[in-house]
Amino acid sequence: MRSQIEAGYLHARGRWLADHMPQIVLIPTVFATLTYVVLFSLWTVWLSVSASTVLPDPTFAGFHEYAALWQNKRWTVAYQNLFLFGLLYVVGSMILGTLLAILIDQRVRFESVWRTIYLYPLAISFIVTGTVWRWIFHPQTGVELALKDMGWLAARFDWITNRDLAIYVVVITGIWHASGFAMALILAGLRSVDGDLIKAAQIDGASLQRTYRRVILPVIWPIFLAVAVVLLQFAIKTYDLVVALTQGGPGVATTVPAIVVYDLMFQRGQIAQGAAAAVMILLALATVLVPYTAYTAWRRSREGAHHG
Amino acid sequence: MADAVPHRDFDPLSTGSFRQRILSKTSVYMALTIFALGYLVPLVIILINTLRPLDEIVRSGFIAWPHDVSLQYWGEAWSTFCIGGTCEGVSRFFKNSLMMAVPATILSTAIGLVNGYVLSKWRFRGSDALFGIITLGVFMPAQMTLLPWAFVLGKLGLSNTISGLVLVHTVQGLSFTTLFCRNYFVNIPDDLIKAARIDGAGFWRIFRRIILPLSPPIIIVAVIWQFTGIWNEFLFGTVFTSGANQPITSAIVAFSGSGTGERHYNVEAAAVIMAAIPPLFIYLVGGKYFVRGLTQGAVK
Repeated sequence: MRSQIEAGYLHARGRWLADHMPQIVLIPTVFATLTYVVLFSLWTVWLSVSASTVLPDPTFAGFHEYAALWQNKRWTVAYQNLFLFGLLYVVGSMILGTLLAILIDQRVRFESVWRTIYLYPLAISFIVTGTVWRWIFHPQTGVELALKDMGWLAARFDWITNRDLAIYVVVITGIWHASGFAMALILAGLRSVDGDLIKAAQIDGASLQRTYRRVILPVIWPIFLAVAVVLLQFAIKTYDLVVALTQGGPGVATTVPAIVVYDLMFQRGQIAQGAAAAVMILLALATVLVPYTAYTAWRRSREGAHHG
Repeated sequence: MADAVPHRDFDPLSTGSFRQRILSKTSVYMALTIFALGYLVPLVIILINTLRPLDEIVRSGFIAWPHDVSLQYWGEAWSTFCIGGTCEGVSRFFKNSLMMAVPATILSTAIGLVNGYVLSKWRFRGSDALFGIITLGVFMPAQMTLLPWAFVLGKLGLSNTISGLVLVHTVQGLSFTTLFCRNYFVNIPDDLIKAARIDGAGFWRIFRRIILPLSPPIIIVAVIWQFTGIWNEFLFGTVFTSGANQPITSAIVAFSGSGTGERHYNVEAAAVIMAAIPPLFIYLVGGKYFVRGLTQGAVK
């Protein structure tokens, strides 16, 4: 009798387990993600309005660290740099990526070899990329020394140590790293364009440039938008590349927001202000991603309505 | 790298006169070659300098024709080069990165597979909202998590350990792998699952018998994406570890970033190439899947 009840109980428990297995296996992820995404964000937001300095201090201290942050010269320079770098990096990568994609789209031989070459920088780290280009750009090791060694003693190429030009070194290196990514996505887009559309344009006598400019590229603009959003996201998060390339220098000339966050949190013992800077990075990302996500959701639902 | 996109039945350059065609074909290949050099030359320059003696590099810089070449700097870089106070070469940090990236890749991919399976085939009330929160993890800037992670790792006794980095990368990677797998499994017909359930197959049995056999492509995408991402990561490694426990990216910055002291450009160049080899190897072997991961992970 007793063992029967026990068996029944075990059976019921087995059923319950089986029925709830999907929820049970998600528990670790839900716990980890809620901690990571929700709790950690709130935590950092809280630190940004706390009295923390070298050590975290949970006492509420108001929003003055945000005000102090925007008074901080390093931060305002970093934010200006983000705009300049972000704009040139995104536009440059996309122009170069489009050009490469169109070149590869001309039925070239060894297509996969070209693509592999253009995309490989994305596989190596920002640290490796930055270190490589620092050696090439630096007057003591790179282009300038090579020109002098060849006999042109007046040669000068010192952008990386020049306050006004160093940011363009970061831009060039960033484009070198990311343009293959733009190429890969845009090429996939070019290939998705309806062949009949292109044939029609050709029959109408449109030149090659015209076909691309007027017919093909306008059709794939959602891809351009997606690439721009992803690259903007990269730009906002840029950290390692600048650390390896210029360490934010000379002076603060190439500082970016992520460097300021690290510096405030771990070098200067201003945890609250560092957290405030981190929150500003999150806001910048949200400014890009929220409208984009809302827009794609809207577009998808509209398309769904059309087809359904 | 295999083709990721099919050829379109369209050859714009086959129009026009014969001469025009030759001319346009030639210019296309010339442009392709010039750009290819632009991407290849920087890395080739560094590669050449791993073979040149130091005095040669100091005298004429990195961009010069090599005269005396030797493989000895690779050996020095691997086993005796002093980085951050330890003179064990890059090998130590290379191993650190492996010990960090391999477990974190396996864990996050395995959990991501099961998550994706649940979120696509065993949906329940609230599961879509959960999926939304999980995908938010993809966009979270690392800066928002640094101080909380430092605290949590301290409480767990994992400060300055490789295990701590494995934990951080696994949790962060879950968002990506879940996203990849869920979006992949959504395309498996539900009828397949229904039929198996009618036959009495349970949650795990369906996973083993139906889902896993269909999963190799997405497993490869997830593994490539996770491994290269974690191997190349720098910020977490720098903040949560120091000295001999750092991953290779932090070690590179440790020796090349310090402006003081004697420079060993050839040995440093070899160390930099060593840091680039694992992800490059994976990229060359699994290029098709790498591109697929890009298009899925980046645009979604």
